[in-house]
Amino acid sequence: MSDLLSGMSQAFWMLLTLDADLVEITLRSLRVTLTALVIASVVALPLGALLAVRRFRARRLTIAMLNALMGLPPVVVGLVVYVFLSRSGPLGVMGLLFTPTAMVIAQVIIIVPLIASIAHQALRELWSDYHDLLISLNTTQFQRVQALIWDGRRALLTAALAGFGRAIGEVGAIMVVGGNIDHHTRVLTTAIALETGKGDFALALGLGFVLIFMAIAVNLAIHVIGRTEREGRW
Amino acid sequence: MKRVLCGLFASVLLSGVAVADEMRMAVTTSFHNSGLADILLPQIKADTGIDVQLLVVGTGQAIKLGEAGDVDAILVHSKKAEQKFLKGGFGTHRREIMYNDFVFIGPKSDSAKLADANSAAAALKAIADTQSPFVSRGDDSGTHKKELSLWASADVTPDGDWYKAVGAGMGAALNTAAGMNAYIMSDRASWLNFGNKGDLALVYSGDPVLFNQYAFLPVNPDVHPHVRADLAAKLEAWLVSDTAKDLINAYKINGETLFVFNAE
Repeated sequence: MSDLLSGMSQAFWMLLTLDADLVEITLRSLRVTLTALVIASVVALPLGALLAVRRFRARRLTIAMLNALMGLPPVVVGLVVYVFLSRSGPLGVMGLLFTPTAMVIAQVIIIVPLIASIAHQALRELWSDYHDLLISLNTTQFQRVQALIWDGRRALLTAALAGFGRAIGEVGAIMVVGGNIDHHTRVLTTAIALETGKGDFALALGLGFVLIFMAIAVNLAIHVIGRTEREGRW
Repeated sequence: MKRVLCGLFASVLLSGVAVADEMRMAVTTSFHNSGLADILLPQIKADTGIDVQLLVVGTGQAIKLGEAGDVDAILVHSKKAEQKFLKGGFGTHRREIMYNDFVFIGPKSDSAKLADANSAAAALKAIADTQSPFVSRGDDSGTHKKELSLWASADVTPDGDWYKAVGAGMGAALNTAAGMNAYIMSDRASWLNFGNKGDLALVYSGDPVLFNQYAFLPVNPDVHPHVRADLAAKLEAWLVSDTAKDLINAYKINGETLFVFNAE
């Protein structure tokens, strides 16, 4: 219990004094996860819309696979990415292992199924409303996907935020592919794992509170940008 | 407000990474947890300009990283595994740098009476005879290998409910031992630097078989042409220099010397 209290006060002081190491790893956490989120959204949102709009033979199977892959164990993703990026692996010549880029790759793989699945669920409802209209206007498939993504943007924001939540708190994969190198690939979650290993629970908890605080801040910021949940809008 | 936030996101995404003379070295958890790395690395940077990136792993994984060419050098403490590494042609040579020692940690009440043991083997035998809970690293690290060789020399096969292999690093294993009030073998440095001692205390140390030699092994550039052999050579020269000697020998926690420099 005393650990919890001293963790809170430590988090408070680190935030108040803008501890240099803390700022560095927090910014790195944000950079890695936001980069992964942007890439994953570019892939997953159109994929979700396409799955709602288009009927093809393997559609059911694709949806079932995406749903199943939402629960992809991060540490396994990390291991597979590791094996591919290792110097003795197929992509070893690129020298990407133990770099922030490798961490981005792992996080993209982890969150694409999650974002695509949620996006598909949301857009499916919208598609049933829009179906007759869009068909009668003789729109192309691209236009339909465009219309769905734009009109469903609030629901898609939720999908993206779910992806952000999963990626920012993830430790298994980025520990394996990033290696938790000080000043290079150390992010908040791997730093927490490290401090726990040293038995410094107060500092680990402090970092944990910072992580939670940051996740809330990012969510609020995105809502401000997206102007959601305001009076007179929905 | 909106514009500021957009700008913030953009700057977070775009800020790049500075490139310096970087090399990667895999080190054991015990070396890093001791806190010595925090003393040595800044000095290395100041003297040689090399930015050493540490991958903190068990000896088993460190050697794997060296074999795959994912690091430029390794600093580990398991002579047998090191010799196998060299035999496979993955490293150019082995340079002994320093040593520390292993100690036995256990509950303050010391129910197995390790304090009365006259050798490390006798201490382990006492634990096995009393079936006192014992936490093992169980992760193929240098410490784990050492522990297994000590069980073998004590003629005991550790087996049963009291023997708990956690498959984790030194710190995590110490946390487990503190939680269960169990015996554990640790390197002295990790123990002294450990923050969650709970009801545990140092119960046995001093047997010469518990000495723990650290060696530096550069990865062979003939096998992995991309490794920074030049930086590894520079780093090795620094590690055996008088500056390193003074820093290593002077490093103390609570007044206790942790490492003894013995490079030739």
